[in-house]
Amino acid sequence: MMKRLLLSAAALALSTSMAQAQYSDNKVKIGVLTDLSGTYSDLAGQGSVEAARMAVEDFGGKLNGMPIEIVSADHQNKADIASSIGRKWYENESVDAIFDLVTTAAAVAVREVSREKGKIDINSGAASTVLTNAQCSNTGFHWTYDTYALAVGTGNAVVKQGGDTWFFLTADYAFGHDLQAQTEKVVKANGGKVLGAVRHPFPNSDFSSFLLQAQGSGAKIIGLANAGADTINAIKQAKEFGITQSGQKLAGLLVFLSDVNSLGLETAQNMQLTTGFYWDMDDGTRAFSKKFSERMKGKMPTMVQAGVYSSVMHYLKAAQAAKSDEGIKVADKMRELPIADFFAKNGKIRADGRMVHDMYLAEVKKPAESKGAWDYYKILRTIPGDEAYKPLAESACALVKK
Amino acid sequence: MMTILGIPVQALFGQLLLGLINGAFYAMLSLGLALIFGLLNIVNFSHGALYMMGAFVAWLLLNFLGMGYWTALIVTPVVVAIFGMIVERTMLRRLYKLDHLYGLLLTFGLALIIEGAFRQLYGISGMPYAVPKELQGGWNLGFMFLPIYRGWVVVASLVLCLGSWLLIEKTKLGSYLRAATENPSLVQAFGINVPMMVTLTYGFGVALAAIAGVLAAPIYSVNPLMGSNLIIVVFAVVVIGGMGSILGAVITGFMLGLVEGLTKVFYPEAASTVIFVVMAIVLMIKPAGLFGKRS
Amino acid sequence: MNRLTPQVILVLTLIALAIIAPLGIYPIFLMKGLCFGLFAAAFNLLLGYVGLLSFGHAMFFGFSAYVTAHAAKEWGLTPELAILAGIATAAALGAVTGWLAIRRSGIYFAMVTLAFSQMMYFVAVQAPFTHGEDGIQGVPRGRLFGLIDLNDTIVMYYFVLAVFVASLLLIHRIITSPFGQVLKAIRDNEPRAISLGYQVDRYKLLAFVLSAGLAGLAGSLKALVFQLASLTDVHWHASGEVVLMTLLGGVGTVFGPTVGAFLVVAIQNYLSEVGSWVTIIQGVIFVVCVLLFRSGMIGVMTPWLKRRGITG
Repeated sequence: MMKRLLLSAAALALSTSMAQAQYSDNKVKIGVLTDLSGTYSDLAGQGSVEAARMAVEDFGGKLNGMPIEIVSADHQNKADIASSIGRKWYENESVDAIFDLVTTAAAVAVREVSREKGKIDINSGAASTVLTNAQCSNTGFHWTYDTYALAVGTGNAVVKQGGDTWFFLTADYAFGHDLQAQTEKVVKANGGKVLGAVRHPFPNSDFSSFLLQAQGSGAKIIGLANAGADTINAIKQAKEFGITQSGQKLAGLLVFLSDVNSLGLETAQNMQLTTGFYWDMDDGTRAFSKKFSERMKGKMPTMVQAGVYSSVMHYLKAAQAAKSDEGIKVADKMRELPIADFFAKNGKIRADGRMVHDMYLAEVKKPAESKGAWDYYKILRTIPGDEAYKPLAESACALVKK
Repeated sequence: MMTILGIPVQALFGQLLLGLINGAFYAMLSLGLALIFGLLNIVNFSHGALYMMGAFVAWLLLNFLGMGYWTALIVTPVVVAIFGMIVERTMLRRLYKLDHLYGLLLTFGLALIIEGAFRQLYGISGMPYAVPKELQGGWNLGFMFLPIYRGWVVVASLVLCLGSWLLIEKTKLGSYLRAATENPSLVQAFGINVPMMVTLTYGFGVALAAIAGVLAAPIYSVNPLMGSNLIIVVFAVVVIGGMGSILGAVITGFMLGLVEGLTKVFYPEAASTVIFVVMAIVLMIKPAGLFGKRS
Repeated sequence: MNRLTPQVILVLTLIALAIIAPLGIYPIFLMKGLCFGLFAAAFNLLLGYVGLLSFGHAMFFGFSAYVTAHAAKEWGLTPELAILAGIATAAALGAVTGWLAIRRSGIYFAMVTLAFSQMMYFVAVQAPFTHGEDGIQGVPRGRLFGLIDLNDTIVMYYFVLAVFVASLLLIHRIITSPFGQVLKAIRDNEPRAISLGYQVDRYKLLAFVLSAGLAGLAGSLKALVFQLASLTDVHWHASGEVVLMTLLGGVGTVFGPTVGAFLVVAIQNYLSEVGSWVTIIQGVIFVVCVLLFRSGMIGVMTPWLKRRGITG
């Protein structure tokens, strides 16, 4: 009897020590690499870091007895800085996974490093579909949204409401071109026509000239294939020049909650947009957002920040279930487990790394409809995940078996 | 309808008018920059940051003291000018006898600090600032819809630039100023307080940037980086006009607004580059700029 | 002949330190410092020894990075050939822009170079081979001379270090040569140099092309180290940064620019974790340096070193 007890105790000790050996350095370390100082620091930035901290706290701060640590850094939207910080984290500071990665150029740079090191990167902030196509990796994921989903969400809805002639104002860089091309496809597939497009320098502050050209085209819809300050300025000036009053409509293809906050409802009202998350949808989203805003000087989370929370949580669950922090093992587990939290009700991860979840078509409220601070959106429609994201069959990702 | 290179003449008119409006901002900013360079021999790289500061001060006055646009138009330049004069007294003063480079570096550092501080306090995505009630709406000119506010910007800028030019060229104060630019020690010997004049000139140049900031607040989003890319463009305007030439800075400002406006129609991608092409050509043909005196 | 002067000893000590540095310091950081150090040294060749302030050196640095990256990735060239292609591009670009720019001096020279570099930035945004905002990513480091595998970080480091030391020796050789003496004569008194019968423009142009080529070498190395080439390196901020590095370290000194480069790179690297405070801290450092240490770090240290007989 005694002997048996001893044996089983020994076996137990052995099994726990084996479990421990699976976690490098006896801890799990995650990095949030984002824009802490530039154009995207309000829609991602410190809010993303805080969201990741909240996820770790809600998880309990420990994973199978191992402490969970968080580091964060500013990549200044520059690919070279992103890649060098990523490399340093993986090589020197035993970081196991990197989150947020706003800006496609930075995201792709980190993707290269992660692939080489067999580590996990989960993208919430960047927009380009390249991350789940040409640049896909078996340890890389794309969480919150992408240009395809934006184009489908906003493009479909607008054309169906009769907005069948378009003119694009496009930021002259990869992201803008990509967004315009995706949206054009959607517009044409729905029987709409594209009357013209103008590529403006990035960044740009005066849009009046481009807006006048758009007005001259006679198109019913002016599609804004840009982001951040460019979008804000374009919308502001469209109102100033009476474009919106004269019957033409704006379609902001990538608009974040922080942008609407900056524009004010007076200017932004009636605009339709596609988002992956809105704080005021149900008890789950409200509970998270309330906690978030208490920690972020009253700001409500953007979809990117909520996506960071969700992705960190899912990563930790997978790492726990896999009993390891080794990239490929956790990645396999992540694909296996379904995602069901306040952010994604019925999310699943595909072979190409795309996390497919429902998207929402929202309309910005009129000032009279808003009940207070941050009460900005009316959700018009839920776009089912399989409709919102590019079908796997069309993916250019090498991991997708055809 | 008549067309030029496929663009209807009327549309072209509209674009030229818009170019002129942008030129108004260039003119105000480059006037201040040229004034400061003329007397202080300093390339004020923080000019863009002070322009941003002007817009932000207007926003702060509105949101914390309830001061409207018109009051802000008076109070803001004073606030920013005082800030500028403190900077001049405590820091720039030590650099006058040195190479341009040091002044440029110091003011560049200042720009980083100012922009960083506002970003730290108010985030990046900017603050809304409404067009004042009196100037809302617009006129239909037939070939385009002109917001009243934009018209006001051009008028305000013209008045300011003309006023500054008259002040410098036609008044006694202005003649002291021009004399001090040529030979400060001689002017000092005549019993004029040159250091004080230098401080006031810096304050004045900075105040012009602040006014431009207030004028810009309702049009552009009030955000901490609104001036950071503007500075090299404005600097280019000053160089094309001829360093230190007041009239040159103003005329070039409006002219480049027009050139930029045309580029936006025919080759929009190049709109932010065209100014540098003009600068290279001008410097090759007229080394001291269009209105500069050959030194 | 006693060649072991204190100066030589200092240099040898520094090289020895650089050789063992990867043991204690992260090698990628060191390589970044060396690349920017070389870039700043190349820039300083023009500012410190000819007295010409270029505000457009990013075009040489960034464009050669693009060419090297493209050559290594798309044409499959070995690293040394890809680097040579980068240098050749930068030098050619330097010859054309320099030929025009040296006709002006002072602030006008700076503005002409800025204008050209803004045009090159436009080319970088528009040309398809640069891939716009994303840049050229995933550049293979390849095998040096087809033999030595540069994918090993430590091997890459020693390669970069070797190139860096060789380039600094070359710069030292240039400024101590008769050619370099003429350059300094031009810097100190151009009319006098002309009256002595020197064809000043030819000297200036040659110095400009050398500076551009070396800046190109630095850019090429950076492209291989980080395995990417992006718009950051062609942007006017990069031109501004190299001015700052050189001034912080000390204009017209051999080591100054490198010290300044390491300082700036260290600020960016180690402060990236304090996030948005970086620019404020950077700004404060510039202001303090201009007000208090105008001769740069090396300039401040020189009298101290002299007292100990280390520098001559």
